[in-house]
Amino acid sequence: MTQVNRIAGGQIDRSQTLRFTFDGIPYQGHPGDTLASALLANGVRLMGRSFKYHRPRGVIAAGSEEPNALVELRTGARLEPNTRATVVELWDGLVANSQNRWPSLRFDALAINDRFNSFFTAGFYYKTFMWPAAFWEKVYEPIIRRAAGLGSLSHLEDPDAYDKGFLHCDLLVIGAGPAGLMAALTAGRAGLRVILADEDYALGGRLNAETFEVGGQAGSDWAAGVVAEVSALPNVRVMRRTTVYGAFDHGIYGAVERVSDHLAEPLPGKVRQTAWKIYSRRAILAGGATERPIAFENNDRPGVMLAGALRAYANRWGVAAGQRVAVFTNNDDGLRSATDLQAKGVDVVAVIDSREGGELLPGIRHLRGAEVVDSQGRLGLTGITVRDARGRTEVIRVDALGVSGGWNPNVNLLSHHRSHPTWREDIAAFVPGTGGPVGLVAVGAAAGAFSTHAALASAARAAAQVVSDLGGKASYDLPQAEDAPVAISPLWFVHSGKGRAWIDPQNDVTIKDVKLAHQENMISVEHLKRYTTLGMATDQGKTGNVIGLAVMAELTGRSIPETGTTVYRPPYTPVALGALAGRSRGKEFKPFRLTPSHKWAEEQGAVFVEVGMWLRTQWVPRQGETEWRQSVDREVLATRKSVGICDVTTLGKIDIQGTDAAAFLDRVYANTFSTLPVGRCRYGLMLREDGMVYDDGTTARMGPNEFVMTTTTANAVLVYRNLEFARQVLWPDMDVQIISTTEAWAQYSVAGPNARKLLQKIVDQDISDAAFPYMGAGEITVGGLRARLFRISFSGELAYEIAVPTRYGDALIRALVEAGREWDAVVYGTEALGVMRVEKGHVAGNELNGTSTALNMGLGKMVSRKKDAIGVKLSGREVLVAEDGLRLVGVKPVNPAHPLTAGSHLLKIGATPVVEHDDGWLTSMVYSPHLGHHIALAYLKNGAARIGERMRAVNLLARTDIEVDIVSPHFIDPEGERLRG
Amino acid sequence: MIINHPILGPRDAAEFVYLGDAALINRPDGMTASVETFHDYLYLRDNPAGEHRELWYHEQGDRSWLVVTRNTVTHEITKVELARDVARAQGRSK
Repeated sequence: MTQVNRIAGGQIDRSQTLRFTFDGIPYQGHPGDTLASALLANGVRLMGRSFKYHRPRGVIAAGSEEPNALVELRTGARLEPNTRATVVELWDGLVANSQNRWPSLRFDALAINDRFNSFFTAGFYYKTFMWPAAFWEKVYEPIIRRAAGLGSLSHLEDPDAYDKGFLHCDLLVIGAGPAGLMAALTAGRAGLRVILADEDYALGGRLNAETFEVGGQAGSDWAAGVVAEVSALPNVRVMRRTTVYGAFDHGIYGAVERVSDHLAEPLPGKVRQTAWKIYSRRAILAGGATERPIAFENNDRPGVMLAGALRAYANRWGVAAGQRVAVFTNNDDGLRSATDLQAKGVDVVAVIDSREGGELLPGIRHLRGAEVVDSQGRLGLTGITVRDARGRTEVIRVDALGVSGGWNPNVNLLSHHRSHPTWREDIAAFVPGTGGPVGLVAVGAAAGAFSTHAALASAARAAAQVVSDLGGKASYDLPQAEDAPVAISPLWFVHSGKGRAWIDPQNDVTIKDVKLAHQENMISVEHLKRYTTLGMATDQGKTGNVIGLAVMAELTGRSIPETGTTVYRPPYTPVALGALAGRSRGKEFKPFRLTPSHKWAEEQGAVFVEVGMWLRTQWVPRQGETEWRQSVDREVLATRKSVGICDVTTLGKIDIQGTDAAAFLDRVYANTFSTLPVGRCRYGLMLREDGMVYDDGTTARMGPNEFVMTTTTANAVLVYRNLEFARQVLWPDMDVQIISTTEAWAQYSVAGPNARKLLQKIVDQDISDAAFPYMGAGEITVGGLRARLFRISFSGELAYEIAVPTRYGDALIRALVEAGREWDAVVYGTEALGVMRVEKGHVAGNELNGTSTALNMGLGKMVSRKKDAIGVKLSGREVLVAEDGLRLVGVKPVNPAHPLTAGSHLLKIGATPVVEHDDGWLTSMVYSPHLGHHIALAYLKNGAARIGERMRAVNLLARTDIEVDIVSPHFIDPEGERLRG
Repeated sequence: MIINHPILGPRDAAEFVYLGDAALINRPDGMTASVETFHDYLYLRDNPAGEHRELWYHEQGDRSWLVVTRNTVTHEITKVELARDVARAQGRSK
């Protein structure tokens, strides 16, 4: 038999053997084992290296609180670092490797850090890696990351799927130990919709790790019976492998179900994990308690464990953690570990009991008033040094030591909502205080009710109360169970010697570090935590925190409750980011909105660009075009020369109707719309209440009480939201109804001298200049199909926008391209659109930057002061109307061969490039194929008066400094003759 | 959080967009109020630790603007009203 430490009993299936490897060495275990229990069964104690000193480390605990036994689980893309061996269910073929060691776990070169431990004290990084600043990222961080660390990532994409789900219940029971089972049974029998969730794969909690009887049968059998009964109830949902990691507002809890973590890979069609959002009317926290150690010198050697964990490995998994075992305790529960182990036939060589009085354990060497003061062994425990009541020391040869310093109720979830735990002297532990999440009550060990009887009773009572609160009736019978009192005489750490005694083995925090923090005035528990890293990382100090507090309490001469405790925050145990992301990753991170011409554009090999959630055509390359500018220049020139087509569906479209629609538009636009005749459109400028320009677009009057508003692509949702605010909240009695029709209409711009000829081929009505003048708008038909036509132009050319119901958008782009063939019509994308609007001097996103007024944009005259509209009042503030403020101008290089650089700042000739000399900046820059050189729009101080001035465009980042001329922002057709053609 | 929508019943807060203090309802009249009055309306807010009346928008729902009375310390929501009703009750009309 290879499993040298396997003993009789336990809840494992010995009829099956599972093979696994750790650091490449093959081992065997059984179904029911965790990786930790299987390694211990095989005599493996050394499982990792510590964070800072690279000290050899082994498993300490038997549950999710484990700070030490962190491994890299699986290989390849499924490699998962920092996995606690204590919560990994063994499967056949499991592969695990140790981490934070090189070249091997037994010989780790960086163990040299341990020799220099006096340097690596609390605050070491803060004090050492201060300067030079240039070293932070390039030198210090890589070194620190390599030396101090946890496992490494695979850097491969996670091949598994994760889900999100939503559940509703009357009562959420968190934890399925004796208390949780009793609560679920009581509420379930009374008919409540109950969810019972437990992080373990075996329900029953400590009952699986103890030898107690409940109701006259083995505790684990009683648990199995209750699980069977509640599982059969249609109103109860039992969730194994499910950690409730956080309490949120209004009865909402976050939980992660590890659906497939116990398998090598998920079964086909199954997810790896599911993140649940649980909506509960009430909740019961039955999260149990976590044992804490007692600190003594060199207490971190593999083989030094929690006494309750030693007991759990023996009782639940049939594993003796060592051949010669001792127990060090300050309470009766530690004695229980010794007697349980002895009953299992384990050689318990001594019990070191820090208390003086009490009964002697029969048949065990029971040293009272004694303490463990040191330990021996390089890669694993070989002996402990014990100091007896009379001060004599003795070395006892052991290979495992169970330490019990008492138990801490798992109050974490209550702390997620402002409940500060209170101290109970009789059990020497923090218990739930007042407050906490509304509707959540703690029971059992989580509430400090440590005996099985007390746990069952408190849970049944709480569940019955919930049933009655929710209008039902519950009755319960308490099964017989042990009711031993908590007998503890607090001992947090052993005073002795000059060596290091670990409090937080995961972060290598020792008593010395707490003393140093105290010496340097990091006394508040929150400072202590951040200065020493006590209680950080994967275990969040579940075992060690309270010892750190006790040390600080002693140093400051205060009590533990006066010293206080840090606030627990979600998550209770680590949650994989994959579970929080769910399906929202990669391409599914957010949905794409596709334009009606997308399919056609794809066929043409178009290049797309993300605009918000939209994918828009950026340009459409033709054969032989290898560089984007070739395509864009061609699209611009062809449009200006003949005709171009562009999908503008993404612009926001809002239908506005009602007898007050015109008056409403007057309030939300800075300019006037009530004077707009039916069948015409007008450019509108929308301000924020602070007077800055918010959005722009054209709005058409389709009827006396009917308008179609367009917004920019970026602000479509926000403008709609603001319109709802204006109509519901600011002017609630206005008769105006709005609806977003952005996705209802496919809309194309057709621009260029031949635009009318092209459109006339496909529309049913006469659209001659007389019939459909500049800024005309109206309902038309395209081959009998209802459509809308607007004669508006962003490019500066004779242009129309034509809209058809979206489902005809694909047909329309094909029809337009076909009809345009005789004029060599091009389809242009957002780049050409941008070039043409800069050539024309139209403002867009770069100019609508949230800090610019209409006056800045040269549109000051549009702001009507004859009516009340959003933003008009504050746009008149003194500083915003200063004569010499920023104004929109055009910029062109003196030498046409010189390119301009976006973002360059404008300086007077000869001025040094410092902030005081900054006169403005280039907002939008393009190459104008029409003019044959770069052009830009810019905001320039007192710009309107400076047309013709020669300046410099300086970009210190790009190291460019170009002489430029300030010109009108209208580079093309300033009189607008083309528009009206 | 769960917001008990006066028309639609309890809805997850994720469906809503938060704006802020319900004092934003009381927009001064742009034709008569001074710049100073507008300044105070736009920029000055109370930031109470306790009961707070605030505007929420049910964007992923029926697009109602709501006035939610919420305790900023406990997140307890004691009242949810349609902002239109509140605005009318405060004398707003056209």
